[in-house]
Parts: sequence; structure tokens; C-alpha cells
Amino acid sequence: MEAVQTPSRSLIHARGLVKRFGSFTAVDGIDFDVEPGEAFGFLGPNGAGKTSTMRMIGCVSPVSGGSLRVLGMDPAVDGARIRARLGVVPQADTLDLEISVEDNLFIYGRFFGLSRARARQRARELLEFVQLTDRARDDVEPLSGGMKRRLVIARGLVNEPDLLLLDEPTTGLDPQARHLVWDRLYRLKQRGVSQVLTTHYMDEAEQLCDRLVVMDKGRIVAAGSPRELIDRYSTREVLELRFPADARISLDGLPDGLAERVEVLPDRVLLYTADGEAAIAGVHQRGLVPVSSLIRRSTLEDVFLRLTGRSLVD
Amino acid sequence: MSLGGAAVVLERDLLNYRRTWRGSLIVSFISPVLFLAAMGLGLGSLISHGQHRLVEGVPYLDYLAPGLLAATAMQTAALESMYPILAKMMWDKIYDSILATPVQVREVFLGEIAWLVVRVAIVTVAFFAVMVLFSAVHSPLGLLAVPLTILTGLAFGAPFFAYTANQRNDTGFAALNRFVVIPLFLLAGTFFPIANLPLVFQVFAWVTPLAHGVALVRAATLASPIAPLAAAVHLTVLLGYSGVGIGLGLRGFERRLRE
Repeated sequence: MEAVQTPSRSLIHARGLVKRFGSFTAVDGIDFDVEPGEAFGFLGPNGAGKTSTMRMIGCVSPVSGGSLRVLGMDPAVDGARIRARLGVVPQADTLDLEISVEDNLFIYGRFFGLSRARARQRARELLEFVQLTDRARDDVEPLSGGMKRRLVIARGLVNEPDLLLLDEPTTGLDPQARHLVWDRLYRLKQRGVSQVLTTHYMDEAEQLCDRLVVMDKGRIVAAGSPRELIDRYSTREVLELRFPADARISLDGLPDGLAERVEVLPDRVLLYTADGEAAIAGVHQRGLVPVSSLIRRSTLEDVFLRLTGRSLVD
Repeated sequence: MSLGGAAVVLERDLLNYRRTWRGSLIVSFISPVLFLAAMGLGLGSLISHGQHRLVEGVPYLDYLAPGLLAATAMQTAALESMYPILAKMMWDKIYDSILATPVQVREVFLGEIAWLVVRVAIVTVAFFAVMVLFSAVHSPLGLLAVPLTILTGLAFGAPFFAYTANQRNDTGFAALNRFVVIPLFLLAGTFFPIANLPLVFQVFAWVTPLAHGVALVRAATLASPIAPLAAAVHLTVLLGYSGVGIGLGLRGFERRLRE
């Protein structure tokens, strides 16, 4: 790991950052830095404070406490100058339903101060990039969920931002549409566009993030790369067992020699172990007969379960 | 203070208008034709016949037309300042996406005010053209009716913006229409002189902008003399409602959109 970087080089530098709404504290004193070129994730369940954090970074929601620097500037003073260099992909689509697909991008370019000719050119380039050129003159409303999402991402790129903020970029999309969005985000990252994203999907965080923080109830409970977090908070493999609903299974002593840790969830039992095959042999040896068993790699889901004692998506 | 963003907010509204302008413009012509034919000529024939003329020595149509012109500006302002604004604020969240760019809240507000003025101006010019066709404009000075009508629209639209910024759903709009817009349309001097009404209605009419707009617009199109003091009072009321409305509207937008 590199030595500690100076705040001025970080794209985002937050210390003790707080957001309050009346008596409710949505973000409760978090520290993080986002470096140029990286994809940084906020992972956590709904209500963890991810969106509030994003809105403070996007300079649309004032900071309640602590310090925040975005692109080296203070959002309270230089909000408009910071926003000029950010691309924002909000959680809700917020597309303009009264104008055409292409005009959505055109007028957004105009809001960033592009000339009409430049905004028109940029709109066409971006439609190409998100594969919506053939829908340019259509209304927004009939587009599929995946197409709308791609259009919002294109809109967030209209000003060639130094930093792209994505709030749950694929929530609500079907698997095919998600992969298409991921592919476009990956290409942007290769072009050097830094990204900050929130998600409650583990696979998304693993796919897209170089580094992430796990948030729960307004706090950061862990930070690192997806691999580091899995290594630190989970085991190499996980054995998932399902038992008949009415079975009274005694799990006492199950970890001994079989697994480092056991989680009993409503519908299944998870055994955290370095060797799943050995663990399942041990389970059978003890006379336990699961309905089904599955050996898989650890994921961030397991990290979250370990850190908070709760599943991420209920 | 940069206002470039306001021009782009207006540009966005014009992009939207470009999709509907034909139908909208046709309505802007047909509606005054229908009103002036039905009420001016039709109803007017019952009111004034032969040498007996109703008010201020002019045919009823000529009396009615400037009143309807000013009232149309009020109604257009009401239409533009309620549902479309709350939709962009709350339902479609268009303002949220605009405010993620360098554009500031005050620019959004002023851009929408500019669009309101443009929209009222389009309707006003169309209506005025129809009045000319009906020979209801008695002097070239009648052209003054156009800016006076637009000012009347602003005197309603700006305070309505402030009202809309405080709404959490659309029920308040029905109330505003029922208790302000429609009663004023009926009572504020559009169809008959306010002096014919019971005192309570007279007071209601004169404390709101429409009666003042009607008085000025009517004096302009009929080329009838108007006391300078009266004209000054009418103008002050219209400017006052516009100015206070813009101040309150700006504050309302700032509060609502910075949550």
C-alpha cells in the first residue's frame, strides 16, 4: 500500500462527515478518501446512509458536521464549481419526459454551459456510447428500464466529468440490462473516469469497485478491496446447508473441526471453512442429512453478515 | 451573480413547447373567437340594441374583449404556475437533475418566470390579433394593452409560483382555482362594471390584480380617458403583486429545492 496521500490529491476527502435530518442522524461521522482513477463503492442495506453521503458529495445537500473536500474544494463555498466537474447518476431516473431522448442529453449539456453545437455533438456521441442512437428522436417514457438507466448514465457524462457519482446504478434492472450497464461502466473506468457508487448488491460491488467501504446505520464498519474484505472477514469457501423445515437439528459443536464459524439463517445454515468438501463429509459423518448442500466461494454478502449479523437484502 | 442558467431553463421550456406549439397556438386563436362571437355578438345583441348601448358608450363586444383579454392572461398564468411547476419539482424531479449541474436555484426560478412571461405573451398577442379582427381596438395606442396584459399575467403567476412551492400535493390547486381564479374571472370587471356589485365583492375585486389589469387594458383598447392617479394606482398594484410574488417565489423555491 502507498503511503498516506495528501488531501489535496484525493478527489474526495472526508473526515468525521455527518448528515442530520432533524433529530435523525443519517451519516454518523465517516472518514474516507477517493483517489484519482479508482472506482470506490459504498456498500450497505437501504437506510445505511449511502444516498445521503452521495448527495453531500454531489453538493446538493449541505454537510451537517465534519469536513468534506471534493476535487480539493469545499461544497459549501464552491458548490457550482464542483458540480461543473461531476457527473451524477441518481437513484431515481429523473429523466425529462417532455422532451426527446436526444434532447435530454442536449439540454443537459447546455446546463453545463456547452454551446449548442457542442451539446448536440456530445449528445450524439453519448447515444452511440450507450447504444441508444436508434431511439434518439423517441420519447423517454416507452424506453425499457435498462435503456432509461443507460440514458441517465449518458446524461451524467455530458460534461466529461472528472468524477462520476452513481447511486445504485443497476437497482431494479434485469440481469441482461445490468451486465450491459456494468460493461459501459467498466469501459469508462478504463478510460480513467473515476467512479463513486453505492450499491446493495454484492456482485455489483465485486464487479465494479477497486475499493469499498461497508456502511451500516450511518457508520463505516469495514474498508478495503473486495478481496481484502473477504479474506479478512470470511473464509475461502462457504458450505450452505438446507434442512427439512420441521427437522430439529442440533448444531451444537458443529464448528468443531468442521468450520471456523457457523451462521444459522431462517432458511439455511452457513458453514465458513477453508475446505467445503471436507466440511460436508464431516456433516454426513455426524449423521446430519441436509436436503441440499452447496459449496461456494465467499462473497461480500458473507462479509456483511459477519460484520453486522444481518443479511444485506431481506 | 450568473444568470446564464436561467436562459437554459427557458430554452428547455421552449424545447418542450416546440412539441405542442401548433395545437396550443390554434387554441389561443379559436378560444377568443368563440368567446367574442358567443358573448360579444350573441349575448351582446340582447344587451345593446339600436341606439341603446350598455356601458361607456361602446358595443358590448368592445367592452367585453379587453376584460376577457386580461382574464385570459390570469388563467394562462394559473395553468403554467401550478401543475407543471409542481411536476418538475416533485413528481418528475426535473429540478433535481438540473440542480446537479452548476445551475443555481435562483436561475431555475427566473428561467421559469421568463417562460411564464413568454407563454402569456403568446396567448396575449393571439387574443389581441383576434380583437383587431373584431374591430374591438379603437386606436393604435391600444397596442399598450399587450404589455399591460402580460404584466397582469405576471401579477398572478409570480405569487402562484410561491404558492406552488409550498404544496405537497395538488389539492391546493383546486382550492386556488375555485376560490380565486374563477371568482375573479366572473367578478373582476370582465363582463360588467364592478360598481354594479355588492360592496363585499367590490372589495374582493379591487384587492386582487385582475380588476386593475382589466381597467388599464380596457382604457387602452377603447382609447378612453383614464385619470392619471387611477392609472398609477392600477399599475402600482400590478407591479406590487409581481414584485412581491417574485420575492416570495424565489424564497419558496430556495426552501423547497434545498431540502
